[in-house]
Amino acid sequence: MSVTKIATRDSYGNALVELGKEYEDLVVLDADLAAATKTGVFKKEFPDRHIDCGIAENNMVGVAAGMATCGKVPFLSTFAMFAAGRSFEQVRNSVGYPHLNVKIGATHAGISVGEDGATHQCNEDIALMRTIPGMIVINPCDDVEAKAAVKAAYQHNGPVYLRFGRLAVPVIHSENYHFEIGKGEVVKEGKDVAIIATGLCVSEALQAADMLMTKGIDAKVINIHTIKPLDKDLIIETAKEVKHLFTVEEHSVIGGLGSAVAETLCEACPRQLTKIGIEDVYGESGPAVELLHKYGLDAEGIMERVMKVVFNE
Amino acid sequence: MLNTLELEQKAIDVRKGIISAVYHAKSGHPGGSLSAADIFTYLYFAELNIDPRNPDKENRDRFVLSKGHTAPGLYSALAHRGFFPVGDLNTLRHLGSYLQGHPDMKHIPGVDMSSGSLGQGLSAAVGMAMSGKMAQKDYRVYALCGDGEIQEGQIWEAAMFAGHHKLDNLVVIIDNNNLQIDGTIDEVCSPYPIDKKFAAFHFHVITIDGNDMEQLAMAFTQARAKKNKPTVIIANTVKGKGVSFMENKVGWHGKAPNKEEYHLAMQELKKAGEMLCQ
Repeated sequence: MSVTKIATRDSYGNALVELGKEYEDLVVLDADLAAATKTGVFKKEFPDRHIDCGIAENNMVGVAAGMATCGKVPFLSTFAMFAAGRSFEQVRNSVGYPHLNVKIGATHAGISVGEDGATHQCNEDIALMRTIPGMIVINPCDDVEAKAAVKAAYQHNGPVYLRFGRLAVPVIHSENYHFEIGKGEVVKEGKDVAIIATGLCVSEALQAADMLMTKGIDAKVINIHTIKPLDKDLIIETAKEVKHLFTVEEHSVIGGLGSAVAETLCEACPRQLTKIGIEDVYGESGPAVELLHKYGLDAEGIMERVMKVVFNE
Repeated sequence: MLNTLELEQKAIDVRKGIISAVYHAKSGHPGGSLSAADIFTYLYFAELNIDPRNPDKENRDRFVLSKGHTAPGLYSALAHRGFFPVGDLNTLRHLGSYLQGHPDMKHIPGVDMSSGSLGQGLSAAVGMAMSGKMAQKDYRVYALCGDGEIQEGQIWEAAMFAGHHKLDNLVVIIDNNNLQIDGTIDEVCSPYPIDKKFAAFHFHVITIDGNDMEQLAMAFTQARAKKNKPTVIIANTVKGKGVSFMENKVGWHGKAPNKEEYHLAMQELKKAGEMLCQ
């Protein structure tokens, strides 16, 4: 059976068009990357509600903040590197501190940016964004979830950081999937270990779980689309059921999902946790799929890490 | 509407509020608050379409204090305009007070944007102006920037955007007191010529004495009439204006007066007020 693959950046653009038809107050801002962030479809449909700010991300964040004070619901769009990296302080002080209703659509997150290489592969955005008080941080795993997340972000009153990818990834949810900010999803039950994944790593973790089953390991797979607020109940409940926990993310092992889960477990239910992600290094140029393999974030890499921990015991 | 003399009297009240607030806070920024005191006064008593009883009125004019550290000036103008009690000014920077060290839109009536990290406020003002244009609203947007603040690159990103979109509902005021923490602005890293820079970014440029009510009135009236371009008013001011020992002294950028200096400053302002009444 062939699997449908869609990049979540495409889901972002398509969801904006759908929402734009319904909500007049929704506006989209870009910084000369509308073709890449996939908001071009919105621009085509609603040219009067699309503003290209030029290559000036910091100003774009402030313009969005100002528009939000006047009742607009701005979705500002650029690469994760610039939204969370370059404009961290603008997001913190002009959007976060006044708790303005600004949505940040950050595309091209993680090493799956591919050939552009390290300067554009943002593995630090989740860490940065989740330190901002009141910021919601969402990292959807497929097309269905990404579209639902954009809709939920619109409906939430306050700042939301949405993380999207460039690489086409398998659609694992059906159209009737129920998405709720802050609620994790058990995508596969299992009793031996738990793999807690986010973003494109969810489908890789699911495949890894299938492979592990053949090796005699029954893995539970959890999709954490909302890294902040984290579904602590689900994580603590899961920790009580299994011997080992793993987190998998296309992000630095410092400050991202792995850290958020570790913080929760340390306080409530200490367990052995293995954080799978980008170790304390920069990425590099190469095809996205090959990079995910090299950095151990594909199904095979996840399976190997789990086996190593389980059988080295 | 207040006449020039009445505005000048209000400006003295605003200055007294600044000195009192900073003195009781034992910290804060009197120099740039005083240089811009006439600008704050003109805006809040003559220019802005605002209602202290309804601070969030939808079609109100907006003001963004991009040079947010001069919050004492803004707060004093807001208090004297009736947004909150003048007595509250003395709680500035105190633990538990709503009068935060830098403008906080969530807790202070009449503050349209939280600001203080230099360079960011103008972008928000530009967003407000853009929003007004898109919604075909007739409110106007004002932003006050420091002359040192325009060393921030984001100011010029915002200026480029405002010029490009012909935001004639936007007025940027530059408080050109020529001093920043480390020295005079041309010694530290000169932003001059400020007028030519803004003109190059497609602004209508007006240069005035920013401590002169009549010139302020002329400039804001002219800005209102200008179509298809945002306006920048380069207000040449004196840092510390109104308190002789603070004038043109960079040391008073971010320092509170002691008890003796406080009384001296208040006496000077009282005397200046009496002179106006003669």
